[in-house]
Amino acid sequence: MPQSTLLMDYLPIAIFLGVAGVIGMALMVAPFLLAVRNPDSEKVSAYECGFNAFDDARMKFDVRFYLVSILFIIFDLEVAFLFPWAVAFKSVGAFGFWSMMTFLGVLTVGFAYEWRKGALDWD
Amino acid sequence: MTLAAAFFYLFAAITVASAFKVISAKNPVHAVLYLILAFFNAAGLFVLLGAEFLAMILVVVYVGAVAVLFLFVVMMLDVDFAQLRAGFMKNATLGFTVGMIVLAEIVFFVATQFLKPGALPAGLVRAAPIPQGITNTEALGRVLYTKYVYFFQGAGLILLVAMIGAIVLTLRHKPNVRRQNISEQNARTKSTAMDVIKVPSGGYNIPDKAAAKVAAE
Repeated sequence: MPQSTLLMDYLPIAIFLGVAGVIGMALMVAPFLLAVRNPDSEKVSAYECGFNAFDDARMKFDVRFYLVSILFIIFDLEVAFLFPWAVAFKSVGAFGFWSMMTFLGVLTVGFAYEWRKGALDWD
Repeated sequence: MTLAAAFFYLFAAITVASAFKVISAKNPVHAVLYLILAFFNAAGLFVLLGAEFLAMILVVVYVGAVAVLFLFVVMMLDVDFAQLRAGFMKNATLGFTVGMIVLAEIVFFVATQFLKPGALPAGLVRAAPIPQGITNTEALGRVLYTKYVYFFQGAGLILLVAMIGAIVLTLRHKPNVRRQNISEQNARTKSTAMDVIKVPSGGYNIPDKAAAKVAAE
């Protein structure tokens, strides 16, 4: 496929992104121009059920979020490897098929380990 | 191809500007958001090069997953801004040196291209070939699983190591949490779960079987 036709295929996406950007900006800018703004110190102060805020909202997250996220990345990458395989399935032959099955098998070992260790449970 | 050139300069300018904001933003969460913007524009640059699959992977994996991981890490680390600024001057020399080395490498490479175009080996500077008649993704698929099978399997093993490493390093079960064990529940039968105890009326004698059970608990 020549370069120019490839890029023309992406032109609708660029137009779509441009329109989405314009709408998003319009929705952000319109309140500044149209909405009634009449702030006072009570309106803009932090409100927490009638008493002053105890603490900073910035607190440490549990490390388990990191674990969930990294396990997600690994299976995301596994799926990413499946796409070219599926597209070129007819031309990779039996070797390509078993190559992917080995890859999936290796990651299934990891999945079984993860399941047995209870990494997917949230206690 | 002036439209493509215009898009190249647009994407490149936004990438460089957002990359600068990544290192200069005061709030680390803002830095991660600028990093996401840089990823998106780098994906646009990949599309302009004809590397469609790489562009989509950049959006799916980096924007969809790695950026979330970075956000979690930033929120987990409990960043102390005063302490960060105190460390800035201490590490400034090292950071400046590393940055200058990388910049010099880029400048040397680009300058060689302009001054002596044939000086570098041909394979080193070849643009990604755009095959005729098949898409970029199919072209990758044809070689990745057969010709480069060792790299592919190596990638699988690296992912396995990453998974096991993350579990070993971070998984801590809280003590005293009773989990549901489905196989144990399903394996319960009448004989393991129930005891019929004859209690004699009018006395405090607990039968042997029940006494053993109370002692065990």
